Amino acid sequence: MRFKLPFAIFIVLAILLAVGLRRDPKLLPSALIDKPAPTIDLPLLHDSQQVLKVESLRGQVWLLNVWASWCAPCRDELPVLLELAGKDGVRLYGLNYKDKSDAARTWLQRWGNPYLGSAVDSDGRIGIDYGVYGVPETFVIDRAGRIRYKHPGPITAEIWRDRLLPVVRSLQ
Amino acid sequence: MIPEIGVFSLVLALLVALVQGTLPLAGAHWGVAGWVRLARPAALGQFVFAAMAFACLAWSFLDNDFSVLYVASNSHAELPAAYRFAAVWGGHEGSMLLWLCLLTAWALAVALFSRQLPDAYVARVLAVMAWLGVGFLLFLLFLSNPFTRLMPPALEGRDLNPLLQDPGMVVHPPILYMGYVGFSVAFAFAIAALLSGELNAAWARWSRPWTVAAWMFLTLGILLGSAWAYYVLGWGGWWFWDPVENASFMPWLVGTALIHSLAVTEKRGAFRSWTVLLAICTFSLSLLGTFLVRSGVLTSVHAFAVDPGRGLFILAFMVAVVGGSLLLFGWRAPRIGLGGRFSVLSRESLLLANNVVLTVAAMAVLIGTLYPLALDVLAGQKISVGPPYFEAVFVPIMVPAIFLMGVGPVARWKQAPLPELARRLRWALAASGAAALLLPLTLPAGPRGWSALSTFALLLAGWAVASAATHAWQRFRGAPGGWLDRARRQPRGWYGMLVAHAGIGVFIFGATMANGFDSRQELKLQAGESTALAGFAFRFDGVAPVSGPNFDAQRATVRVTRKGEAVATLHPEKRIYRARQMALSQAAIDVGLTRDLFVALGDPAGDEAWTLRIHVKPFMAWIWAGCLLMALGGLLAATDRRYRLDLAARPAAVVGGATATLRPQEGA
Repeated sequence: MRFKLPFAIFIVLAILLAVGLRRDPKLLPSALIDKPAPTIDLPLLHDSQQVLKVESLRGQVWLLNVWASWCAPCRDELPVLLELAGKDGVRLYGLNYKDKSDAARTWLQRWGNPYLGSAVDSDGRIGIDYGVYGVPETFVIDRAGRIRYKHPGPITAEIWRDRLLPVVRSLQ
Repeated sequence: MIPEIGVFSLVLALLVALVQGTLPLAGAHWGVAGWVRLARPAALGQFVFAAMAFACLAWSFLDNDFSVLYVASNSHAELPAAYRFAAVWGGHEGSMLLWLCLLTAWALAVALFSRQLPDAYVARVLAVMAWLGVGFLLFLLFLSNPFTRLMPPALEGRDLNPLLQDPGMVVHPPILYMGYVGFSVAFAFAIAALLSGELNAAWARWSRPWTVAAWMFLTLGILLGSAWAYYVLGWGGWWFWDPVENASFMPWLVGTALIHSLAVTEKRGAFRSWTVLLAICTFSLSLLGTFLVRSGVLTSVHAFAVDPGRGLFILAFMVAVVGGSLLLFGWRAPRIGLGGRFSVLSRESLLLANNVVLTVAAMAVLIGTLYPLALDVLAGQKISVGPPYFEAVFVPIMVPAIFLMGVGPVARWKQAPLPELARRLRWALAASGAAALLLPLTLPAGPRGWSALSTFALLLAGWAVASAATHAWQRFRGAPGGWLDRARRQPRGWYGMLVAHAGIGVFIFGATMANGFDSRQELKLQAGESTALAGFAFRFDGVAPVSGPNFDAQRATVRVTRKGEAVATLHPEKRIYRARQMALSQAAIDVGLTRDLFVALGDPAGDEAWTLRIHVKPFMAWIWAGCLLMALGGLLAATDRRYRLDLAARPAAVVGGATATLRPQEGA
């Protein structure tokens, strides 16, 4: 009987691998989906007297885009953001992540500013709260202030159309 | 035209493989001599067609034929010719073709160098290898065709991944595959033995040189992969417990158990079912490794063009091969029977313990590698398992194996009384204890000082070397004809064992020192500025632009001095490969007997200033030296005279299991 054991163990392993083929190991769901968006309370880039508060954005669907002037893919997605911001009731706010404010303002001036306001997170603390592990990342937050979707990486027109826009629509 | 000839060759190879897989097997079963005799010529034919296909692909690369999709994806007109050839195995399809060619090459070698084995047995072995070939050929022809055309042809190729444009990377896949594929020979021998119902000592004897040769190639292949990671990836590390590294390490662990188990089966007829199972498992782990790398089930730095469709085929192939062989094992193994009896403390029992420890270690690595997948499938959670797990689990398991490694050679077969073992090994124990106590006093301590773990590791390293030396000394001493005479009379395989076991000690020493006592600094330096690390002074002399055949680079000059005397001048580079616009940091390493100096260029940090990463790694080269010694030991063991004598002098062993008479040997 013990000679049949290796075969049995292998079959279990094969089943595990077969099921595993259907999963994508690169998919990393955010741990914060359906949880309340963490507080921001950071000054805005263009007006340090004003503060970006998650609570004051209740009642509307909004996007938080994590960006920085040193981030090359952010530059790539900027035209797409400029295109979608403000249209169809899309409210886009930015989180300026681990950046120098002067460089950030110059960057926006040079390439365009799609954000209604960008909070300055110079040491990255709020980024940690949001589970940011790369730049750029985009969060979709609903009327009740809960994170409903996270997209890591830059947004292309296709990604906006196929993945993010449906989520935004369903929440509005 | 040439690519089409390549495809046609593969089709022909498939047809030959189908013949080779069926007729000889049937002939061996029903005693049809004509069919049995087909096996060897068929193996030759399969090799010829596979080699032709490979030659066609190589030609397409060297000729810059960008109408072939695979060539266009992995090559570039400006790529140096040597790398254009190596690019044949730079991507998924080509590497599968390489796998196939090496499989047919090993089968041909078996066909040519096995004249002393019974024809029916060889026929079965070659048939099993042919079925493996059928699987790979089907995969190549239908799911991974390297000769697919690209219409219209690309004007220029996408270039070989810059990480692969390196001499180490050129040899690493072929040598590694020689190891993976070589274990298919041991596998085929085991299956043939199970099929024929004879599993006597003779089978182990025939199988041994092939298995040790495959083991040697796998050792070298893993060594090359680590060395490449060390000096190309630029992190200063050499082993990351990445799934693909683990995929090569598991067959190595089980393969090591196999070569030791074969020794017992050959000498004493014991462990027969163990040995057969180990032979099946080693090759199964090779196949599992192939699956893990190409199917996308695990994230890894090594991931090839991942494709779940291909993954499904490889999985099905694996289920057929591994499942089939384990089923055969489950059916036939109960009839294998036991071998000679042995007492609780004897060379057999020590080798059995060795089998168990190595198998457990391999299972621990397998669990760690597959755990993320299992957790994702069963619980939907994402997790990564890395060095903390592997180091915590693997090292303690291997400790008994290293200790046993010293005791085994001096223990007698059948019964090894403890007092005698203690007497024989007392000097080795003393020497290793002394090394563990004295070396910490003489070697540089590094920033973290000596820990109990490092001292214990030194003890093990010393034990490995001292026990091998003691064993050799006892063998040479007090013999008629003197020392040199006795040395010359020892079989080469015995020297192989000594060298390989000592190599492990050297490796442990190097790994302990390089990992535990390395010093590192990451800092920003202006041109002309210096920094000091571990007694060395590193002066950054600025950066100059240079151009290579297919890249542009910034080349830094770093002068290293020690106590005022010049030690080395290093030139780390930051390259941009033009075709892919991909940046690569090429580290500069000065390899020394007692330390490696490692400098890598980071990013520019303002005018004339750059960030540099500097490591001083003590005894880093001893890691490579240890592995080379292991491989050398394997080479010596595989080319032992008594395997080659068979070619000339011995008559073919009779089918029916009469054990071939062995020359009286002294141990080993």
